[in-house]
Amino acid sequence: MTQLRKGTRLRHGVGGQAGEPGAVAAVEQSLARLTQVEPQLSAFNTVMAERALDRARALDASAPIGPLHGVPVALKDNLCTAGVPTTASSKILSGFVPPYTATAVERLEAAGAIVIGKTNLDEFGMGSSTENSALGATRNPWDLTRTPGGSSGGSAAAVAARVVPIALGSDTGGSIRQPAGLCGIVGLKPTYGRVSRYGLLAFASSLDHIGPLTTTVADAAVAFSVIGGFDPRDSTSSSEPMPDLHAALTGDVNGLRIGVPRAFLGEGVDASVLEAFASALNVFAARGARIVDIDLPHAGHGIPIYYLICTAEASSNLARYDGVRYGHRTRLQKDDTLQHMYERTRDEGFGAEVKRRIMLGTYVLSAGYYDAYYLKAQQVRTLVRRDYDRAFETVDVVATPTTPTPAFKLGEKTSDPVQMYLNDIFTVSANLTGLPSISIPCGFASPALPIGLQLTGRLFDEATLLRAADAFQRDTTFHTNAPSLAEATEGKPLDA
Amino acid sequence: MSLLSRQDVQRIAELARLELTSEELDLFTRQLGDILTYVEQIRALDTTGVEPTSQVLNRPVDRDDAPGATLTRAQLLGNAPDAAPEAGLFKVPRVIG
Repeated sequence: MTQLRKGTRLRHGVGGQAGEPGAVAAVEQSLARLTQVEPQLSAFNTVMAERALDRARALDASAPIGPLHGVPVALKDNLCTAGVPTTASSKILSGFVPPYTATAVERLEAAGAIVIGKTNLDEFGMGSSTENSALGATRNPWDLTRTPGGSSGGSAAAVAARVVPIALGSDTGGSIRQPAGLCGIVGLKPTYGRVSRYGLLAFASSLDHIGPLTTTVADAAVAFSVIGGFDPRDSTSSSEPMPDLHAALTGDVNGLRIGVPRAFLGEGVDASVLEAFASALNVFAARGARIVDIDLPHAGHGIPIYYLICTAEASSNLARYDGVRYGHRTRLQKDDTLQHMYERTRDEGFGAEVKRRIMLGTYVLSAGYYDAYYLKAQQVRTLVRRDYDRAFETVDVVATPTTPTPAFKLGEKTSDPVQMYLNDIFTVSANLTGLPSISIPCGFASPALPIGLQLTGRLFDEATLLRAADAFQRDTTFHTNAPSLAEATEGKPLDA
Repeated sequence: MSLLSRQDVQRIAELARLELTSEELDLFTRQLGDILTYVEQIRALDTTGVEPTSQVLNRPVDRDDAPGATLTRAQLLGNAPDAAPEAGLFKVPRVIG
C-alpha cells in the first residue's frame, strides 16, 4: 500500500497539529473529543476505548504497518466486528456479537487504523435522518435541533465534529453522501463491487455499498485505496484493478467535461442549494473544466424504482431475523408455535420503518404484483442506466447538489415516509447504476448549515471522480470549517 | 381510493411473519397506500422489450464449489437465544405434535 501524498492530511483531522503524534496520543485525543461531544450528538452506539488504547500501544511499539498507522477511525454499526456487539441500531440484534470481522474493517486495521467505536444509523440503514434507530436519534453538529442525515448519520456527525478523521459508512440510496452533505464533510460511494460487503449486514444487496466519510478528498482516497479491491469472500466483489490514486490527485481539471442535468434540478430544490451549486460550477470552470448541459430523462423516476427494489430485496434479506440463530427472541408463552415465535419476535424486534419496508417488499414480490411493480422497476432501472451511459459519451463527470435542502429539523419528516424518501432524489441514481459518486462541501446556507455538491463518475473511474473533487478542495475552504461545537472544546484531556 | 385494504395489509403481514398490532395495521394501510400511489408514476412508462436490471455487474457471481474454512459450530451456536451446544442444535418451540 502506498502513501498517497506526502504529508497526507489525516492527522490534521484529529489534532489540528502537523507532525506525527504517536498512536496512543492520537487515540487519547480522539476519545477525549468523543467524551466531550457525545452527550450532545449521540453519534456512537459502542465506544471501544480499552481495545483502541491496547492496539495503539502495540502500534507505537512497531514499525509503520500501513498508510493509516495510528489513525483513529469509527465504523457504522452495521459492519461486523469480531467480539464487539454489532446492532444495526436494531432491537432485533440485541445481544449479537459477531464471530468474524468485515473485510473492509480488516483492511483498515491491517493498514494501521484503530477502531475507536461503532456509530449510530437508521435501523439496518433504512432512513435518511438517523431517527429510525432503536438507540435514539443522532444530532447534527452544526445545529443540534437538526438531523445529521442518514443512514450513516453517526459516522457523519463523528467526522464533522472532528472525533475521527475517517469513518466507514454504507450507502444503499445515498446513506454515505446525504449525511456527508448535511454535515459538511466528504462522503464517497465507490463503484458497485469495489469494496467487499463481506461482514456488512445486508439491506438491499444489488444497491448496498461501503465507503469512507472524511473531511478531505485526499483522505477519502487513502481510505478507499485501503478498503477497495477484490475479496473472494464477497461473490459480487470486482476483480477490476484498483486505480493509482497517487497519480490521480493532480488538481488538473483542464478540459474536464462536467455534465449538469438542468431539467432535473427544478422543483423542490432550496434556493440556497441552487446558489451554492452554481458557484461550485464556477470554481471548476475557473480551473478550465467545461460545463455541459445533459439530459437524464429517467432520473426523476429514481425514487419510486429505488423504493420498489430496495424493499423487495430487504424483505428477503431480513427474513433471516427470526429469533432462532441470533439476536432477540420473544418471551415464549405456553402453547406458542414456531410461527408465533417468528411473528412476535419480528414485531417486537423491528422498528416501524423496517416493518414498513418489509411489508412493501413482500407486497411487490407477491403473486399478481411482481410484474406490475418489481419487474417494472427493474426495467426502468435499465432505462436510468442507459441515460447515464449516453451522458458519459459527452461528459466525464455528472454534477448535481447532493440533497434538495440543507439539514432538516428532527421530527420534521418522520410522520410522512414519502417526504422523507424525497431527500434521496439526487443520490439514488448512483445506487441504481452502480456508478461511483462523492459528496463534497460546497457552501453554507444561512444560518450556517452545510451544502453538498455531488459528483458522479463512470463505472470504475474513481480516479477521475476523485481528481475532480480534490481539485475543488484545492480552491475552496468549505471543508476546513468545523462546527462551533468542535471549536469550543479543543484538547481537553481524557477523564480518568 | 386507497390501493390497499386493511385486509390486504393483514395478509401481507402474515406473509412477512409480522404480528402487527391493530394500530400498526391502520397506520400501514394508510402509509403503504400513500407509497403505492406515489410509485404509480412508473407504470405509465413504456418499457416494452427493455431488459430488467437485477444487478449491475456484467458477469456471473457464482463461485467455484470448493470447500474452505468456515466458522465453527460453537461459534455459530454461540449467538443463539436457545441452543443445545453439546448436541449441536438450535432450540425452537415444538414443531411436530
